[in-house]
Amino acid sequence: MTEPIIQMKNIEKHFGSVIALAGVSVDVRAGECHCLLGDNGAGKSTFIKTMSGVHKPTKGEIVFEGKHMDFARPRDAIAAGIATVHQHLAMIPLMSVSRNFFMGNEPIKKFGPIKLFDHDHANEVTMREMREMGINLRGPDQAVGTLSGGERQTVAIARAVHFGAKVLILDEPTSALGVRQTANVLATIDKVRKQGIAVVFITHNVRHAMAVGDRFTVLNRGKTLGTALKGEITAEELQDLMAGGQEMAQLEGSLGGTV
Amino acid sequence: MTDVSHGDERIKKTSRLRQALIRPELGGIVGTVAVFVFFLLFAFDSGMFTSQGVMNWSVVSAQFMIIAVGACLLMIAGEFDLSVGSMIGFAGMMIAIFGVTLGWPMWVAILVTFAICIAFGALNGYIVVKTGLPSFIVTLATLFILRGFTIFIPQTIERKTIIGGIREAAEGDWLASLFGAEVGAPIFVWLGEAGIISVFERGNRAGEPVVNGIPMLMIWAIGLVLFGHWLLTRTRFGNWIFASGGDADAARNSGVPVSAVKIQMFMFTAFCATVFAVCQVMEFGSAGADRGLLKEFEAIIAVVIGGALLTGGYGSVIGAALGALIFGVVQQGLFFAGVESSLFRVFLGVILLAAVILNTYIRRIITGER
Repeated sequence: MTEPIIQMKNIEKHFGSVIALAGVSVDVRAGECHCLLGDNGAGKSTFIKTMSGVHKPTKGEIVFEGKHMDFARPRDAIAAGIATVHQHLAMIPLMSVSRNFFMGNEPIKKFGPIKLFDHDHANEVTMREMREMGINLRGPDQAVGTLSGGERQTVAIARAVHFGAKVLILDEPTSALGVRQTANVLATIDKVRKQGIAVVFITHNVRHAMAVGDRFTVLNRGKTLGTALKGEITAEELQDLMAGGQEMAQLEGSLGGTV
Repeated sequence: MTDVSHGDERIKKTSRLRQALIRPELGGIVGTVAVFVFFLLFAFDSGMFTSQGVMNWSVVSAQFMIIAVGACLLMIAGEFDLSVGSMIGFAGMMIAIFGVTLGWPMWVAILVTFAICIAFGALNGYIVVKTGLPSFIVTLATLFILRGFTIFIPQTIERKTIIGGIREAAEGDWLASLFGAEVGAPIFVWLGEAGIISVFERGNRAGEPVVNGIPMLMIWAIGLVLFGHWLLTRTRFGNWIFASGGDADAARNSGVPVSAVKIQMFMFTAFCATVFAVCQVMEFGSAGADRGLLKEFEAIIAVVIGGALLTGGYGSVIGAALGALIFGVVQQGLFFAGVESSLFRVFLGVILLAAVILNTYIRRIITGER
């Protein structure tokens, strides 16, 4: 196995008297999909916000590509190559896919001192990237609002990858999607991983995690309950870990094992 | 894993014609054609389509266009400016105070007025961005403040609310002629001699064409429309305007300087209002405290007829220009047709409603809104 591209060592985060993270250690390697599981309130969001520079850890160390990192703001993390695709996407439905794809990073064509938005280049890149991700657009000027939720996630992922993400954090990308759209997003994750990008996939759906994950880390009440390799752990065991063990097993029994 | 290589089969293939037709400006184009057909049928003999008539509604439309361009870009950036009308009155009055009362050279008066008005625009934008208050409220306050000053200052200094003598003060001034002069006079003389446009038959101007040039106002209007359209569709900044109005948070997360974009659009709107004001005082030769009343709404109406979304993120400068043209043609056309002037409002209301319904329908097709 290769060296981890990013190591989060003993991360602690306190908000006033609340301890959101009580020493979490996770590392992610290039080309793997590391699933971060946990129930609501387990600290998943706080943890990835620390990784993406939104929060500064109270204690602990972040090592990225062998170097100690201190992210003051999200832009530092993005510049280093850590991109986050949020649950609520940074996509504007009224604008075209191409305009969204390059929002804030518009390609420039110069005419002397005048800088123009290079639409030809933007359109070409957008169409190519979308085709590679398996989305056939009517045209680059198609509005994002006409895409399905899964396709929007895919556009956001493709955008992050195009702009040089080495670590891609996906915050519950499948939580609001239907079955088929979820399958499409999971397929996208698989493609991105094969390009050698480290994927951190946050979810509370064990089946989605099992479908693409290489390693699984479960968070519960701000602590890591251990990291398992694919094949070492079953979906039921993960489910139990997430819920904190005992109670879930009983609940599941009364529901006939359907959860 | 499912095969995702083909798109959603439920999205119907659309024809090229349909794609060419379905654009933000469609409502404006349909409205323009409808309005012209209407007046060609019912008011052709009224003088509306003689050279003088054409010049009449063109000038009025050009006035609307100048303020509509600013309002359009600002609306796409997600904000309103209700102080445009007051700004027009205020700017005109400042030029009169500086250029006539204080006797400054006209070009200095004009430049200082531009600086003051753009600073007010920046202040509007700064307050909106800093407080997060709706621009509707902030600029409503500016509307009253500026109108109050526009009445108070001349009353205190000159003991009247209309100041004349601007044309005399601007005589031969290089900058003033950029706003008040007419261009292309030789072409119109030639057109008159060739019999294409009519000439005066009697009086001391006998032989001169009835229209003797294109007012600079129109050049400004066309220039601003072309600039606005180019800025919005062809530059990186244009993408930022759309993004700021479409979803300010998403835009910020992607690195768009939303606050700066919004403030600059407020300044541009103020600039457009000042251009309007300077052209107006140069034409009338005077500044009045009641100038520009309700212009903010006329600008917004033109923009909305032109297909922009009131909540921002969507629209077209060409559409707004067509909206302004519709507005001008209807206002002056009804006058030519001899229709009772109070019916203008009825007509305008009907057009506004029809255009907004059509635009909403088009926009839903384009953006997939539900």
